[in-house]
Amino acid sequence: MTGTMGWRIFWLVLGALAIVAPWIITSGFWINFLILTLFLAFLGQGWNIMGGYGGQFSFGHAVFFGTGAYIQAILQSKFGWNPWLTLWFAMAGGVLVAAFIGYLSFRYGLRGSYFALITLAFAEAFRVLATAAEGVTEGGKGILIALNQDPERSFAMMQFATGTGYYYFILILTVLSLVVVWAMERSRFGAQLVAVRENEDAAEAIGVNAFRVKMGAICLSGAMTALGGVFYVQKFLLMDPNIAYGPTKSVEALVVPIIGGMGTVFGPLLGSAFLHTMGEITKEATQFFWQDRPGLDLIFYGVILVLVLAFLPNGLVGLIKGQWRGRRQGRAAERKKAVA
Amino acid sequence: MYDFSIILASVINGTMTGAVYALVALGLTLIYGVLHIINFAHGSMLMVAMYAAFFLFAAGGIDPYVALPLVAALAFAFGYALQRSVISKTSHGRDEIILLVTLGISIVIENAALFFFTSNERLVTLPYDIEGIDLGVTFLVVPQLAAFGASLVITFLLWLFMARTDTGKAIRAVAKERLGARLVGINVDHIFAISFGIGTACVGAAACLLVPTFPVTPQIGYVFVLIAFTVVVLGGMGSFVGALIGGLIIGIAESVGGLFFGETLGKISISLIFILVLLFRPTGLFGQRLR
Repeated sequence: MTGTMGWRIFWLVLGALAIVAPWIITSGFWINFLILTLFLAFLGQGWNIMGGYGGQFSFGHAVFFGTGAYIQAILQSKFGWNPWLTLWFAMAGGVLVAAFIGYLSFRYGLRGSYFALITLAFAEAFRVLATAAEGVTEGGKGILIALNQDPERSFAMMQFATGTGYYYFILILTVLSLVVVWAMERSRFGAQLVAVRENEDAAEAIGVNAFRVKMGAICLSGAMTALGGVFYVQKFLLMDPNIAYGPTKSVEALVVPIIGGMGTVFGPLLGSAFLHTMGEITKEATQFFWQDRPGLDLIFYGVILVLVLAFLPNGLVGLIKGQWRGRRQGRAAERKKAVA
Repeated sequence: MYDFSIILASVINGTMTGAVYALVALGLTLIYGVLHIINFAHGSMLMVAMYAAFFLFAAGGIDPYVALPLVAALAFAFGYALQRSVISKTSHGRDEIILLVTLGISIVIENAALFFFTSNERLVTLPYDIEGIDLGVTFLVVPQLAAFGASLVITFLLWLFMARTDTGKAIRAVAKERLGARLVGINVDHIFAISFGIGTACVGAAACLLVPTFPVTPQIGYVFVLIAFTVVVLGGMGSFVGALIGGLIIGIAESVGGLFFGETLGKISISLIFILVLLFRPTGLFGQRLR
């Protein structure tokens, strides 16, 4: 997307705006809106590595999110470790769980819908475990992280008094995730991953070790998604089995890149920005009739998801590039005519 | 460790619930067998049907068992329309995409329920729900017996329908060989929608049987969709007998698992069975082919 001069200027302006945003926007509501948009883009980027580039659709990405979040919460609250230290353990935990699930699923050759279903089952199994293991996780009532009272130590404790701190934190994470995926796309590994997505047997035939490539993708995805869990814990200072391993995070992680554009660097960011903006508009528009009734924005997410799956195989990124189903079919028909 | 009679009681209770699981799974397996769609929205349709049964009872005073044919008929119409208007139009390409389309539908249904009905639990309390029969080791109440009996009767009727009627034969023909069925003059799109409708009707019937014992919330569909997937995968995708036996096994596993591991951890038996079957015997007990 950065190919033309126009796009380059567009991204530069957007980047500059992102950096100065907290000075322009002073309302806490809108800073929070930006934080949540970036957070979801980050989660979606984790899914995108495996689902978008690798074609391995996970329905249970919460399993990585929740593991990262729980490790971050437990090591801090029970052992009093510093959050900057626990972060690495949280990511390692995400990789470990990813390697475990990936090894079992890929070794036994689960593909397509069956891989999606087994990830869902793993997330549910972890949810039950987290609820039952009360000695470690406090069970259903959840873990609370002690609030940092000392403003001098807000950076050391990874807790920020204002939204601006969290905004820059998640902005840095999101930019890092964009760089990682951008580099991955241009690497040998990225090319192999796309080859496995397009045709696993053909990729194997030309010497790609599909198992290893998929393992790499799930581990990278697991690490990134676990880091999302770390951010969530630091921002909301609580974790319980339903937030960690419930279906909501799994669904959010996959909806955003699919709507934005699977297998593209900016798809998750675009999807998240679009969904949050439209969700907020829907809420505002109906505020007059129904005040604070939950569900409306998610109804909207579901409708958009179905529409994108039906008409935009490459999501919003594809729409910008002028690819949608009707037009592509039209071109195919033209080609057929030309052949005839 | 445990007295034999306690385990026996747990097995009997599990069998009663298992029959309803079988009925829910029957709908899912039928849709998979004919359309090759894994319907993620199955659970949310069950949830909607449970709300229908609840409101018929709460507002109209209609007993859920009396309302069963009506709810099943409405569910059939809903399923038929959904397949014809949305799923057939949007589900092209790889099977994961179709799974995602049904996930999108379930998100819409679930949050519409949350929006209109809020997340309050609602339960139908029947005037006769503490009556029942004493088996010595355990006491079975009317809702349990009705759920068990009705599920088996509906399963039998469905089997009869598939085996004896022209429509049933057409459904089986489409399931076996789409192109061949179209060539002999079967309207495949109509049969697809009929099958989806019947699958949804199973869920409508199951909802009426569940509503006196399970409180309805917008999130309950997720619980049941996991159970139904487990049953179907265990029994073998597309297999009727498999769904019935799988349902009973899962019902018993859940009940006995709860006895040994406690109420909270006992629920893990379902996801564990699901994972193990997918990994080691993806064709299930009675399935012929899978991937």
